[in-house]
Amino acid sequence: MRFKRTSTVLGMAAAAALALSGCGGGGGTTGGGTASTDPNKVITAYSNEPQNPLLPANTNEVYGGRVVELLYEGLRAYDPSGKPINALAESIDSSDAQNWTIKVKKGSKFTNGEEVTAKTFVDSWNFAALSTNLQNNGSFFESVEGYDAVSAVTKSTTPDGKTTSTPAPKAQTMSGLVLKDDSTIQVKLAQPEADWSLRLGYSAFYPLPSAALKDPKAFGENPIGNGPYKMAKTGAWVHDQSISLVRNDDYNGPRKAKNGGVTFKFYTDPGPAYTDMQADNLDVTDVLPSNALKTFTSDFQGRNLIKPVALNATLNIPPYNPNFQGEAGKLRRQALSYAINREEICKVVFNGTRTPATEYTSPVLDGYSDKIPGNEVLKFDAAKAKDLWAQAEKIKPYDASKPLLIASNTDGGNKEWIDAVANGFKNNLGIQAEIQPFAKFAEVLNLRKSQSLPGLTRAGWQGDYPSLYNFLGPVWKTGASSNYEKFSYPEFDKLLQEGLAAKSTADANAKFNKAQEVLFKELPGLPLWYQTRPIVWSNNVVSAETGWNGAVLYYNIQAK
Amino acid sequence: MTRYILRRLLQVIPVFLGTTLLVYYMVFALPGDPIAALFGDKQPPQSVIDALRAQYHLDQPFLVQYGIFLKNLFTFDLGVDYTQQPIAATLARIFPVTAMLAIEALIIQAVFGVAFGLFAGLRRGKLFDSTVLVASLVVIAVPTFVLGFVFQLIFGVQLGWAKPTVGANANWETLILPAVVLGLVSFAYVLRLTRTSVIENMNADYVRTATAKGLSRPRVVMTHILRNSMIPVVTYLGANLGSLMGGAIVTEGIFNVPGVGNKLYQAVLRGEGPTVVIIVSVLVLVFVVANLLVDLLYAWLDPRIRYEK
Repeated sequence: MRFKRTSTVLGMAAAAALALSGCGGGGGTTGGGTASTDPNKVITAYSNEPQNPLLPANTNEVYGGRVVELLYEGLRAYDPSGKPINALAESIDSSDAQNWTIKVKKGSKFTNGEEVTAKTFVDSWNFAALSTNLQNNGSFFESVEGYDAVSAVTKSTTPDGKTTSTPAPKAQTMSGLVLKDDSTIQVKLAQPEADWSLRLGYSAFYPLPSAALKDPKAFGENPIGNGPYKMAKTGAWVHDQSISLVRNDDYNGPRKAKNGGVTFKFYTDPGPAYTDMQADNLDVTDVLPSNALKTFTSDFQGRNLIKPVALNATLNIPPYNPNFQGEAGKLRRQALSYAINREEICKVVFNGTRTPATEYTSPVLDGYSDKIPGNEVLKFDAAKAKDLWAQAEKIKPYDASKPLLIASNTDGGNKEWIDAVANGFKNNLGIQAEIQPFAKFAEVLNLRKSQSLPGLTRAGWQGDYPSLYNFLGPVWKTGASSNYEKFSYPEFDKLLQEGLAAKSTADANAKFNKAQEVLFKELPGLPLWYQTRPIVWSNNVVSAETGWNGAVLYYNIQAK
Repeated sequence: MTRYILRRLLQVIPVFLGTTLLVYYMVFALPGDPIAALFGDKQPPQSVIDALRAQYHLDQPFLVQYGIFLKNLFTFDLGVDYTQQPIAATLARIFPVTAMLAIEALIIQAVFGVAFGLFAGLRRGKLFDSTVLVASLVVIAVPTFVLGFVFQLIFGVQLGWAKPTVGANANWETLILPAVVLGLVSFAYVLRLTRTSVIENMNADYVRTATAKGLSRPRVVMTHILRNSMIPVVTYLGANLGSLMGGAIVTEGIFNVPGVGNKLYQAVLRGEGPTVVIIVSVLVLVFVVANLLVDLLYAWLDPRIRYEK
């Protein structure tokens, strides 16, 4: 504690000294209030050893992902607010949301001089989807017609009853992916998906030079891309130590680098990185040690930022629970929602690293609205909760023979907030409630998949690409892959379908938000809060910010 | 002498087989599926998972896995770890770093520990002796990680004398701070061992004889007292070299040193059987060789100790 405080004082003294020297130094640098920036200085950033060779379609973890995102440029890119903008795509059009015509910009090159054409994308996507190539992100192409054939596997059962699947593609390329000419790709999806083009900025859709397809493993050690940065040299990835990137001066897209390069320093623990930050020996980190969550705003005064990321938490109420069925059940679900003091839990239990939910998606998304009719149930109101519960009691009495259980894994620090929620139920509704603890997330998932939860369950969703649909469809739609509680609301499904078939993203978003009104009426799950990502930066850089998915926008960081 | 060394080296074989089997089994018995743990929330297609499982022979029973491991080891194929990096290259990267750290720490312990211990022992009961005794007790009592954090904050953050972490620039200079932390506790032990030993030997007959013969004080101290006091110290330092090479997990963690301890810790967390066992095997070899050297040093320090004619 004592050291922390002193170091803040020292930090401020250092900042003051810098400002003074800035004023005094007449020479080439600009004096005055604003510090001068150096566009050629290389910044350093927190990271860790990537788990896979640096191939876009094979990288599905954060530390490899942040490098891949800087090395490549796709058809689209996401701006800091999560809005997709065309990067290498000249245009992306569809009249029926099923057949898409993509025009690729001409003249763009990889750093080895190879040109990026429509064929590059077709080849790269077929490579990623083909099951024999064993790419982790292969399933991102599942919407494309013909994906079933290239991703086919044969299943075999071993004598001891385990099934293993071996790749056995029935085709080498996806039938829905057609190369029209040098700059045109024709994509046919298996079914209409209006938001399909939103995901084209995701790393699985990045182009690969032909060298990558020949020898993916060697290529992944020294990748060649077309993004705002390139590898500093052959062997710039020093395993377990660092990856050095330098600015790609030939890059001319929306993510132009404002610094000379980024060196990712690998830390196996966030603690030493935090110390390095305090000594200005590291420029930006997005992973803080848990004991610094209370102090980082004072340790890094004016050099920190907390922004929501595309990750939310809900409390799901299984429709098969007799206490929450029918008209009485509906009233009880509302009562539960009113009885949760989200504001206070975010502040006290999470130290402000969560923000109270206002709807079912995430505030970082294009189309997000905090004014969806019906979302007043998310405001804490003890009187209203009591009143609704009493109304429900008149219709059908609550079976209080067992306490209301809230299923959750306890390894991720969930116990504290569940205790707080359960106390809210106890104090405001007069019912018994407690956590139903599990050691592992997988155990809760098994109960959810088999529809055998005794009470409520914690749930959450992390966005794959910035789209409202991605937060609603896979989770709440009838029969969707992650709809484990088997909720089913025909009106909601219909509105989602209308959204998917809408002509414009704005129209689609309006439909999706309309669909959320149905959710607020039914309350299958209670939105709780949004995850935020705190970051801090050193005195060597002007500032830093995070994008829609919580990743630091390294290319926007200016060095002093 | 040669036969003695040979016999000692032959003992390595059962020790090696025993440790590798034990360690391999312990990693095998760790809870959780290491392949599923590689991915977390976003699981890849099942065929990818199955292919990885087959690549690392995780679909085989334990003894078969161990057999394949041994076979590969004796054909000098160390294989790849779970991030597809060749383990041989990893060893070539981590061992020099840790060796530098261990040598620096060992020098700090040996040179300063012996010098301070000798001085304190010769002036027993004086101010220097009492101060050193109390100070060394404090150093022994404070856990390494506390020392590490305090040194890191004082010298790294506040005074700025050294970089708080090592990271990618591991060299003799950047490793000094972690080496001091790592060597400090053993330094205190070496100091106390030397001091006791020196006090004991000062009253020995041969020291009185040497002094009576009219030998100069420095000569008495250096050849008679110090050399004879070194036997327990050398034993301690030898055993310590082994633990310095492998046991610096805490210090390497605090200072983010890309060495053996850090890698070993990561590999255990990930349940990477082959990586853990290979690193431990190398450590076993280091331990055995260090112990052998210590035994040979005895003979040199004290000619009365002779192993074989």
